[in-house]
Amino acid sequence: MAAGPMKMRAILGSGYTDVRVLMNHPMETGQRKDAEGKLVPMHFIQNLTVKVNGKTVVDAQVSQAVSRNPVFSFRLKGGAKGDKIEVAWHDNHGESNSTEAAVA
Amino acid sequence: MKLAALGFAAALAVPAQAQDAAKEIQRYRQMVAEGSPAELFELEGEALWKKPQGPKNASLERCDLGEGPGVLKAAYAHLPRYFKDADRVMDLETRLLHCMTTLQARTREEATKRVFGSADRPSEFESLSAYIAGQSRGAKIEPGMAHAKEKASYELGRALYLQRVGAWDFSCASCHGDEGKRIRMQELPVLQKPEAARAVMASWPAYRVSTSQFITLQWRMNDCYRQMRTPEPTFGSETTVALIHFLTVTARGETYHGPGNKR
Repeated sequence: MAAGPMKMRAILGSGYTDVRVLMNHPMETGQRKDAEGKLVPMHFIQNLTVKVNGKTVVDAQVSQAVSRNPVFSFRLKGGAKGDKIEVAWHDNHGESNSTEAAVA
Repeated sequence: MKLAALGFAAALAVPAQAQDAAKEIQRYRQMVAEGSPAELFELEGEALWKKPQGPKNASLERCDLGEGPGVLKAAYAHLPRYFKDADRVMDLETRLLHCMTTLQARTREEATKRVFGSADRPSEFESLSAYIAGQSRGAKIEPGMAHAKEKASYELGRALYLQRVGAWDFSCASCHGDEGKRIRMQELPVLQKPEAARAVMASWPAYRVSTSQFITLQWRMNDCYRQMRTPEPTFGSETTVALIHFLTVTARGETYHGPGNKR
């Protein structure tokens, strides 16, 4: 599956920034069988990074335990209006996608 | 005496547990709603709305959903309604199919080949419904009720809701007719009551967490009839539209806040 859309919101609080990102991904565990009884191969997001103005602030390892079409939210210390937030994921098939938004 | 006291305690404990479960389900729903993938379907639907397709290689951007060609704002909240060009009452999906066969000159057969999708591949109608319904957030639900055919459609929907049919002699009201009924842990709303219909209709179509699919009202009618063991209703038929019309009219006045989330 080609990487589907991603959607992100970054909202400034007092002294922190809340980032919420939705992503489109099948997140196959490798345990499920298809209609013919064959195992559906593992396909899941392995790595997730969040950058603020180019500096990595979150580098997360993600496993099959996360549901399909996952949503991740983070609370980052500080931040200011207009800061550029980038979120990118890489999966075990080598596919990746990223999105960016300015803090509002 | 001791036994009797125990029995009494057990009898008291059951409703408390049911209440706790209802509260936990409420909490779960809230958590799910906070990160609803419905927004992803809205994005896909927007791309599809603008994508040229069919023999005429036209997009759906000139599709008239009742508010004028291409006007999406509050269009969903005012459906189903009567359309003069088709001389019938249409809900969103039926109208989209009409636009696909007219604007894009696609055949009905081709356009309805895959009306309900899967988790891996949503159908066109599902993504488009998500996008268009999203443009009605904050609008008052006000389906057509002025034209004679609109009134007839509402009456037909109401009659169908109560009509027992099929091998199991079920009607919609068999499950959705009494207060306090449940199917497993799911409470069944009494949909002929406005207070119940409002909350339901203001959140359809919706993302269904358990199947990772976006589900539409045509799907809901189709699947309820499957559960009632009747022959499969035709997509966009007078029957399914009338039922959706009846439910939407019952819910009128409510502010639309979907696309929602289902368990």
